[in-house]
Order: sequence, then structure tokens, then C-alpha cells
Amino acid sequence: MSQTGVTVREPWPDARREETGLQFAMWVFLATEVLFFGALICTYAVNRWAHPAAVREAGRHAAFAYGLANTVILTLSGLSMAIADRAVKEQLGALAKACLWITLALGTAFVVIKALEYYKDISDNLWPGPDFALRGAGARPFWSFYWVATGVHAIHLTIGLGVVARLLVFAHRGSLVRRVPSMTISTLYWEFVDIVWLFLFALIYLVGRT
Amino acid sequence: MSAQASAPQAAPGDEPSYLDEGHSVASWIFSTDHKRIAILYAVSITVFFFIGGAAATLMRIQLFEPNNSFVSAAQYNRLFTMHGIIMVWFFLVPSIPTTLGNFLVPMMIGAKDVALPKLNLTSWWLYVGGAIFTIVCLIGGGVDTGWTFYTPYSTLYSNAAVLSAAAGVFVVGFSSILTGVNMITTVHMLRAPGLTWFRLPLFVWGIYATSLVMVLATPVLAMTLLLVIAERMGLPVFDPRFGGDPVLFQHLFWFYSHPAVYIMILPAMGVISEIIASEARRRVFGYKAMAVAMLSIAVLGFLVWGHHMFVAGMSPFADIVFSFLSFVIAVPSAIKVFNWTATLYRGEIRFGAPMLYALGFLGLFTVGGLTGLFLASVPVDVHVHGTYFVIAHFHYIMVGGSVSAYFGGLHYWWPKITGRMYLEWWARLAAITMFLGFNFTFFPQFIAGYLGMPRRHFVYAPQYHLYNVMSSTGAVVLAAAYLLPLFYLGWSLVWGARAGANPWNATGLEWLTPSPPPKQNFARTPRVDNDPYDYHEPETGPTQADQPPRQPQGGVA
Repeated sequence: MSQTGVTVREPWPDARREETGLQFAMWVFLATEVLFFGALICTYAVNRWAHPAAVREAGRHAAFAYGLANTVILTLSGLSMAIADRAVKEQLGALAKACLWITLALGTAFVVIKALEYYKDISDNLWPGPDFALRGAGARPFWSFYWVATGVHAIHLTIGLGVVARLLVFAHRGSLVRRVPSMTISTLYWEFVDIVWLFLFALIYLVGRT
Repeated sequence: MSAQASAPQAAPGDEPSYLDEGHSVASWIFSTDHKRIAILYAVSITVFFFIGGAAATLMRIQLFEPNNSFVSAAQYNRLFTMHGIIMVWFFLVPSIPTTLGNFLVPMMIGAKDVALPKLNLTSWWLYVGGAIFTIVCLIGGGVDTGWTFYTPYSTLYSNAAVLSAAAGVFVVGFSSILTGVNMITTVHMLRAPGLTWFRLPLFVWGIYATSLVMVLATPVLAMTLLLVIAERMGLPVFDPRFGGDPVLFQHLFWFYSHPAVYIMILPAMGVISEIIASEARRRVFGYKAMAVAMLSIAVLGFLVWGHHMFVAGMSPFADIVFSFLSFVIAVPSAIKVFNWTATLYRGEIRFGAPMLYALGFLGLFTVGGLTGLFLASVPVDVHVHGTYFVIAHFHYIMVGGSVSAYFGGLHYWWPKITGRMYLEWWARLAAITMFLGFNFTFFPQFIAGYLGMPRRHFVYAPQYHLYNVMSSTGAVVLAAAYLLPLFYLGWSLVWGARAGANPWNATGLEWLTPSPPPKQNFARTPRVDNDPYDYHEPETGPTQADQPPRQPQGGVA
């Protein structure tokens, strides 16, 4: 429809409007996500308010090295995703493709490290079941938060990996540079998942280390 | 024909209507046309409505006698849980936004479709999948927690079907979120040229305000249900044995579930505004105040959840604040009732079925709203908390308000949706029967509740017998009124008279296209040059304000 050969889908009047509209929809969806994680973090805040010492003690058992490694990895993946986004807008298909591969690799590394960390946590009896390692009111809710929050985050990240893989399919077909709206909203989502992790990192791994 | 837009439209018959775009099942269940998705939702919510209604019927049979043994205590618990879950999440929350909203919002703003048509279809699939899954769990597993899933009962004591039922509701909630995202984006991005925010019909405002609440409240419910599921799987969050707090669950639950009341009532307010303006031939009185009132209800709705928890052991200061805020939210609601009434003033009222439903809404919503003020004041709430007074109050809002508006809107837009006219006299009969049956069912519950009859009990003390007999008898009338439209509306689909593009002579953009509309809605994108509800010159009434001089009855003394 427009000069660059971008296909405009129903019901949009033109490509520019479509890009703005999809971006807008993604922001609205991210507002939902903020409330979704917000409710979870609210339970954390209440628990920490009620049992400050127990939460600090419980936080000391979190595997800091794994958390720090994942924070670095995910922040770098955010950078490569942002470069890919810019590259698509500048019509640099090869660069975009390379950066998407890097993002996919870093994201996969995150999931692998997370799985190793889960394995270590379970070996250390940090699943708040009958053999839970810690005592005291507030310790179990803290570790419940750990499992739910990191689990929900990992699901989000896995969906993000699917989204990046979809973009790579476009890149493979050579159509990525015409898919500016898809690239933009995928980047927004990916960066959001990164930011959630930064919050979780502070709440889980840093709380016992002050 | 239409006063709102200037673009002339193609004559009916030029393009096939959306109903003729394919007749296979696949052409419906995989369609991304917002109009077809609206029909899919309408069919699904009707099925769920009658399943939820069947549960209520069994409850009313049980309550016909004080110590009846029609169902056991455990069965009764499952019945009210099923009734609540189905009616709240699978009927009331999606009812108007996904049916009339899906069908009308793009048409009212002059768009070809919603902003994200594929996402719209995804919403329906999630909704139907989640709802059917949950109902299988409810019937097969027998969830008995009430629709509120209160911990620790739901996580420590009730049976394992709670887990899967909560998962089903979680999925349906996700569908609700996606609908909200879609509607907000549609209203922001796809308004026709010239259609500024304050030219939007109030129905669009209603759906917009609802979508804001859906997007910002539903995720909190989703996370809360996820935490209930987690706790059942051995991750204590609210369990007081490990330092958790069950009241925290109530806070999170009502942070969604009170705004959810506004998800149910705001679209209804939009429908009523459209019907009253068109059927009284009047501009809506105080249009801007009406739009702003909807937005303030949506915002204030987030600040009043604590009034469900006055007896849960909150701090007295929290009680005072939540009580005050609950009174505050009555102000925009009252503005709306006054403005609807003022719109009727000096109108040329047609007492067709849509208007009868709308007038019924006005009365029932007012009773529901005023009894809400009783419940918002802490001392009265402590007295009537957990009684049938509360049941009567929220049924006046949800059934008397939302369901009346849904039926009113269904009749009002029936010619546009189906291209057929319904049978006017049958429709009026149903509207009046519904109003009478509703009051007959629920008004006695105010009295029984005020006298102390507790809710959720399968037996009751004999002094409440009379009120329950009245209630159960009224429910029979109400059930008949709900069944009637199935027959005459179904009849009209085949034998109803053909409807013209604009049978009510109304001004909305949706009346500009043929009935039923073509797939693209409009042959050309309309241009909007004036305000909505252009039924008469601004600042005048439709009838003559200056009357000729009159003589007193007795002449000159």
C-alpha cells in the first residue's frame, strides 16, 4: 500500500497508524502486566513488613552468583534487542538478524542458568514443603514468592524467546525489515520482561545482603 | 437519515451482509469479523446464563421451605458457588462489552473492525475454553468455596477441584484483559475523521471506561488466583501457620472484584444512555458530565474495595476511609441517574420494549445504589454483613441493572444486528414481566436480610418463611421472563419483518449502514461533523416551549 511495500492489514487506514496502534496496544498490555506483577510484589511487601528479620534471613539463602549472572545476561540481551530494533528501523537486515540471534542465545542462557539454580535450591531444601530448610514465620511466604515470581518471570521469558524466534523466521525470509510494528512491540515486551527481572533481583537476592 | 455524519452510504443490497459471508461453522468460529465474534459471544453467554440460572433455580426450590431436603448442605454449597462463578465471570463481566461492545464500538466510531481482530478471536477462544473447563470442574469436582475462593478454606480444606476451577477462571480473566486492550486501542486509534472524544456516543465512553477497569483490575485477580493455586501446590502465601495473612487475600481479591462491579454496570450505563436519548428524542442532558462521571466511576472504583471487609478485622481508620470513599463514588452514579431523568424531561417518549427495559433499569439501579449507601456505612454494614440484604443489594445492581440493560440493548440493536424486527408486544410483555418478577424475587430479600437471615445457608429459621416463598415464587416469574425472549427473538430471526437501516430514526453512526451491516461496516469511512444525539437544536426541547395563552377553567369571574 505504501511506498516501502509494507502491507497494511485491516482495519488500519495506513502503515504509520498501524505501527502506532500496535505500539499503543502493547503499552496498554504492559500496564496490565505491571498490575499482575504488582499484586505479587504487594504480597512480598506485606510479608517483609510483618517479618523483616525472617525475610532478610531467608533472602540470604538465595543463590546470589546465579542471580547476578542472570542479571548481567538479561541486561545484555536487552541491549542486543534494542540494537536489533533500531537496525530494523534503519533497514539493516543483517545486523538485526545477528542481534536477534544474540538475544535468543542470551535468553536461552538465562533459562538454563535458572534451571541450574532451581536444581540447587531444591537440593538445599528451599522448596517450602515438609523438608523446608528454614524456620520462622515469613520464611515460607518469602520462598513461595521466590518460586512463583521467578516461575512466572521464566514463563514470560520463554514466551519472549518464542517471539524472538518468530522475528528470526521473518529475518530468514528477508521480510524482517518490512515488519517494523512486529519488531517494535516485540522489543517493548522483551525489555519489560528484563525490567521485571531487575526488580526481582533486588527483592530476592539483595534483601539479605545489606 | 442520520444527522451525525455527512458521508452518503451505499444502498442496502449492494454488498452482502456480514451474515452472508459464509454459512459453515468454520466461517463463524474462525472469523475475525468483530460482528461475528459478537454473535459467538452472545451465543456462549446465553448458554452460560441458563446454566447459572439453573443453579439458582435449584437453590430457590431448596429455600421454598425452611428445613427443606431437596438438596443436601454440601450440594447447596456447590450450587451457590456454581451460580456465582458462572454468573459473575462467564456472564456478567463479558455480557455487554463482548457482545454489544464488540458489535457496536467499531460501528459507532466509523471503523472497519476492532484494532486487533485476531486478538479478538483469541479472546473468544480463551473465554469459551476457560469457561467450559471451569464448568466441567464445577459440576464434576464440586467446588464449594463460593465464587470468592476465600483462603484458608479454598487452599487448605476444600477439595482439589478448586485448583482447576481457579485455573479456568484465570484463563477467562486473560480473555477479559485482551478484550479490554483491544477496545481501548480501538477507541484511541480508529475513530472516524472528525469524531473527537466529546462527540463519542456514551456507549463508547461506557465501554472505554469498562476496558480501563478490565485492563488494570483483572491482572490482580489473575495473580491472586495464581497464588491460591500455588498455595494448594504447597507454596504457602496466605497461610497464617507460616506467617501469611488470609486478610491479604481478601484485599487482593476485592481489589479486582469491587471494580468488577463497575465492569458490569458501566457498559449498562452506556446502553441506557443510548436508549433513553433515542427513545425520548432528546439530547442527553449534561453529556460531558455523563462521560466524565463514567471515567470517575472507573477511577474511584479502584479505591473502595475495603467496604467488603468491614468485619474482616481491618483498622478502624481504614474502615472510615473506605466508607467515605464508597459514599464519594455514589456521587457520579447519582449524577447519571439525575441526568437520565432530566433527559426524559419534555421528551417524546416511545414506550417500546427498549425504553421499558431502560426505565426498569433506572428504578432498579436507584434502589440498588441507595441500598449500597446503607452497606457503605460501617455500623449498618456490621449489622447486615453476610445477610440477604447484601444479596438483594447486588442483585438489584447486577440483575436489575446490568441484565435489564443487556436485554434493553439487545432489543434496541436487534434490527441492526439481525436485520429483522422483533415482536413488539411480546417484547414489552417480557420487559414488564422481568421488572415485576425481579422485584418479586429480590425485594423480600432486603427485608429477610435486614431481619437477619444469613446468606449461603441451605436451611433457615421459620420466621423467614414468608419472604422466601415470595422470593421463590418471584423467581418463577423471572425465569419465565428470561425464557420468553429466546422464543420471540428466535422467531424473528426467521419470520420477523425486515428492518430498514435506521428503524428507530436514531443518530448514531451504526444506523448509517444497512441492517445487517456489510463485512466492511461502511462503504466509505464516514466523516463526523457534529455532536451525538442530534435529536433537536441545542438548548431547546423537541416540543414547543412557548405555549399559546390558556384560559382558566371557569372563565372570567
